[in-house]
Amino acid sequence: MSLTLAEIKVILNANVLTSKFDANTVIGMAYSADLMSDVLSFSQTDSLLITGLVDKTVVRTAHVANIKAIVFARGKVPNKDTVALADEKNIPLMITNFSKYESCGRLYEKGLRNSYDAK
Amino acid sequence: MSLAAGYMKKGLGIHMMQNKETTMKGVFFLTGKDFANAGAASCELKTILEKMQIEQSAIRRAAIAAFEAEMNIIIYTPAGMMKYSITPDYVKVVFQDMGHGIEDIELAMTEGYSTAPDYIREMGFGSGMGLPNIKKNTDEMKISSAPGAGTTLEFIIKFKQERDNENIRDC
Repeated sequence: MSLTLAEIKVILNANVLTSKFDANTVIGMAYSADLMSDVLSFSQTDSLLITGLVDKTVVRTAHVANIKAIVFARGKVPNKDTVALADEKNIPLMITNFSKYESCGRLYEKGLRNSYDAK
Repeated sequence: MSLAAGYMKKGLGIHMMQNKETTMKGVFFLTGKDFANAGAASCELKTILEKMQIEQSAIRRAAIAAFEAEMNIIIYTPAGMMKYSITPDYVKVVFQDMGHGIEDIELAMTEGYSTAPDYIREMGFGSGMGLPNIKKNTDEMKISSAPGAGTTLEFIIKFKQERDNENIRDC
């Protein structure tokens, strides 16, 4: 089952950080990691990324791995450069006060499944 | 500084387009510990591949492999460069660095093996997945290194689909 970014925003009680945010974007899978190497190794294209890291490298990792949107968990706030880079790369950023565990749990409960490519 | 004829400086790299825009090559210079720009060259390469209308899966594999190799240079070496060439059939990327070199390449290719310090791990890198992930995403990969001599890594990703050269957008 897939969710729109608008639905994800409600489920996670999230705030949108980027000026680019298409609420109708459909997300079919999610992946959560703080290890960017894991994102690069195992996430599938067009996933949502839930992470605790907030630096620019996360946005670049998301760009090369075709991540569709990023949620920063536990209320961690990225700096302006990170947000500007995400707008440039057209990757919407959201921030939620829920922990990574709870964010994943809430999305899973609503039907959003794992993006894990073990090949 | 002016560039030789035909070359253009755009973004972080220096690029040259040849043969009716089906072949392109370029170079990026990478500075060790420049974490503010870490991964930027690979992002730029990805954008170039997208503009050349290459198949999506090949672009993603090339971008991921390049990103991992670029991070290795930024994390472990004082400086290095990334050279790419795109032909109608494949993209080849070569990384050369001024680092210490890799003592045991086989060990470095083992998933989970890493010599990264903690501050690198806190940035989400250095988990020992880089080289194995480059191997996984590429069709050919060669690595040569010796202690004190730096490391050269090159990979090739082949395109499966024929490109529609009529519609290549301006890079």
